[in-house]
Order: sequence, then structure tokens, then C-alpha cells
Amino acid sequence: MSQSIRLRVARYRPDKDTEPGWQEYDVPLREEWTVLDGLNHVKNEVDTTLSFRWSCRMGICGSCGMNVGGEPRLTCATFLSDYAPGPVDVAPLSNFPVVRDLVVDITDFMEKLPRVKPWLIRDEEQPVDEGEYLQSPEELDAYKQFSMCINCMLCYAACPVYGLEPEFIGPAAIALAERYDLDSRDHGTRQRLDVLIEQEGVYGCTFVGECTRVCPKHVDPAAAIQRYKLKAAQESVKMFLLPRALRR
Amino acid sequence: MSTEDLRYHPRVPVLWWTRKPSYFVFVMRELSSLFIAWLVLYLLLFVRAVGRGDAAYADFLAWATSPWLVVLNAVAFAFLVLHTITWFSLTPQAMVIDLGGRRVPPAVIIGAQYAALAVVSVLVYWLVTR
Amino acid sequence: MKLRVEPFLWLAFSGGGVMAAVILPVLAFLFGLAFPLGWLDPPDHEHLAAVVGHPITFLVLFGANVLMLIHAAHRFRYTLYDGLQVKHRFLVGAVCYGGALLGAFLALHMLGSAT
Repeated sequence: MSQSIRLRVARYRPDKDTEPGWQEYDVPLREEWTVLDGLNHVKNEVDTTLSFRWSCRMGICGSCGMNVGGEPRLTCATFLSDYAPGPVDVAPLSNFPVVRDLVVDITDFMEKLPRVKPWLIRDEEQPVDEGEYLQSPEELDAYKQFSMCINCMLCYAACPVYGLEPEFIGPAAIALAERYDLDSRDHGTRQRLDVLIEQEGVYGCTFVGECTRVCPKHVDPAAAIQRYKLKAAQESVKMFLLPRALRR
Repeated sequence: MSTEDLRYHPRVPVLWWTRKPSYFVFVMRELSSLFIAWLVLYLLLFVRAVGRGDAAYADFLAWATSPWLVVLNAVAFAFLVLHTITWFSLTPQAMVIDLGGRRVPPAVIIGAQYAALAVVSVLVYWLVTR
Repeated sequence: MKLRVEPFLWLAFSGGGVMAAVILPVLAFLFGLAFPLGWLDPPDHEHLAAVVGHPITFLVLFGANVLMLIHAAHRFRYTLYDGLQVKHRFLVGAVCYGGALLGAFLALHMLGSAT
């Protein structure tokens, strides 16, 4: 028999368990196998009751995020061989309610995303027959990195502030707000600041920096949040010092 | 729809920051605040002693050699170094500086801060010991 | 846009953080360690009194100290709130910023007495 590696998988069956427990499975250790391949092997060959989310298997859809060896990772982009000889702990993402086994409830995140108005806001819409809004390569570069987010929520799982203060709007949502703020076609900065200037907006963040460290797409939410703090502070000072007529 | 919540709600343990080295360094960085407050108080006491005259100044210097105070100041200084290093290294993330349409690279921002630290240190040293 | 106190506190926190990173190390090293331990000869009293008695020294030290105290208060507030999960938001804020305010009065008094 070829080499194998042991997976220690967190199980939670809502109809039976009051809290999660561990279950162990041995899966083949192949050089090209990811943690997700291991889980699929278990699901297909060993234990059909194991529940987990996945879709694209290529680091694009953002649905297979789990805690692997205590770190939030995309399981489709994490190789079993990196954990040899094992065992490999696989648990659901931290800071979210667990629905079953490795599946977490992402309702809170889905509810928070639209709060930062992640779409182009225009002072005045240009009529369709005037054509599209043009953008130079430099203007695209200004926000491109922040647009790479795949909503995998690894940053929420890594953020202790979100775990302790669930009202915190969180890294990915704020990075997305920054992505639209930096877009030359957008005029919505003030509207987003109104949402993010609150305690549960950017000021709840204490710059732990873990969101940036775990991001599989190198989005750097921590930078987005600090820049928002600076932006909100500059606007606040202006508002405090300048008479109403001179603002903007 | 069922009204019973069957989801498992994880709780964050009080010692969550001991679980990962990066969390631990973060909490130590935050704790530097206490030692910064102490150093401010210590310097204020120093200035007051200087203001009270030659004898008070000599007394203060003698008091400052007591072992517990030296240990406290050494620990405070270590935390201050942690603050300085982490503060400098996080600045490029928090600030985007554009010069002549070009973004200043992070290494340059970090280097400039250490240069400022060196200049201020030399200036203060010169002013105090001249 | 709404006016909130948090952005102003954060600005003071950041200013204090810069002061603590740039000015405090040399002061802490000289006065906390080098002079008491005799690594360097302590300056004579007359010279030091002249330096701390100068109005510019007063302004610089007072400004830097107040900012550093706000910095410490702001950071420690979050350390209590998140790190130790002391969830009494108002009480924690009152103790931390109250302490900084007290420290500012103390600084005014002590620095003023040396001028």
C-alpha cells in the first residue's frame, strides 16, 4: 500500500452533538493531493456523512475555506504533503456559527457586504449613448489589488476583533469599500465613510494584521482599514475646522 | 422554518492570544502602552526633581539606581523597542505617500523613520550632555 | 458626513505613537538606564536645569507627553476590551481616557514647576 496521512476532522452533527468532536480518517498521501482532495476521498470512499463546502478546486470561488492546522486556508490550495507525516487538523472557519461538520453559517458576512455599497456610485449618471466610463491603465492599477477578493472569509476567521465583536463590519467588506473608493469612476466615498466611521466600522480594528497575512489573494485588508481611518480622520478635521460653506 | 437554533456558536477563550505567535506578539505590542505611560510618568518625575534643585536631582539619580526601578525601566525600554519596531514597520500599510506621481516604496518609508529616530536621538543626546 | 469623536482620538493616538517611537527611546535610555547605571556620566544639574527650564523644551515635552498619554490610554482601552474581554465599554473608556487627562494635568504641573 502507498503512503497515507491521517486527517483529524472536526465533526458537528446538530441533531446529535452539543459541541464539535474530532474524527480521524486515513487518506492516501499523494504529492498532488490537496486537503480538499483528501476530504473528497473521505466523502466518496469512507464516510458519506461528512459535510463540507467546495466548488471550483482552483482558488477562485472562495467556498472551501477551513482551518487547516489551526490556520485559515483554502483547502483546494493547501497540499497534504506540506503536513506530512501528519496528522492534519481540519476544522471549520473560526468566528462563524457551525451549521454542520465543516460548514459554517455565512449569513452575517452576506448581510455586511452590501452595507459598504460595493458598486459604482455616480454624482450624475452618464447617458448610455455617451458610451462607457473610460479608465486608464494607471487608474485601473489604483484599485486592482483590492478587487481580487474572492469572499472566502479567511480574513474574518483570522480576525480576533471580529471574533470578539461580531458587530465589526470586518476586513473583506472594508477592503471592498476601498476598492470602489479608489475607482476613478466612483463618487461614493462620502457615503461609505458614513458607514465606516462608526465604532463597528473601521475604528473597531486594532491592526492585528492577520487578515492580510492569511489572504490567499494578497488583498491587504489591513492596509485598506488603516487608510480608511486616516481618510475619516482627515475629513473629520476638515469638517470641524471649516465653516459649512467651504467644505468639499 | 424551525425556530430552534441548532448551530454551534464558538466562543473566543480569554487566552485566545496565546494560541498563535502572531496573536501573542500583537498583545505584547498593545501592552507596550502601559510601559509608555510609565516612562512618561518617570520622565515627568525626573523633570520635577531637576526643577527642585541640585539636591533633589542627586536624590532622584540615587533613587533611580534602586534595583526594582532599574528592572522596571529595562523592561519598559524593551517594550518601547517593540513599539518602535512594529510602529515603523506598519506605517507603509497605513499610509500611501506619493512623490512626483510615484508611490514611495515601503522600504523607503521604513528607512526614513529610522533616519528620523537617529537624528532625534543624536539631537537629544547632544542637547542633554553638551 | 457625521461628526464622531473616534477619528480625533485615533489622530491623537497616532501622533502619540510617532512620539513614543521617535523621541521616547533616547529619553528612556538616557534617563532610565544610562545615567542611573553610570554607563554615561549624568549631566550636571545647572546645565540640565537650563535645558528643562527653556520654554521650547516645555512646549515640546508637554505636547509629546500628552500625546503619548492619549496613545497609551487609547491602546490600553482596546487591550482591556479585546485582549481581556472587559466588555464595559463606557467604564473602560472613562478609566483610560480619564487617566490620560489626569496625566496631562500632572504634566502641566510638573513641567511648569521646572520652568
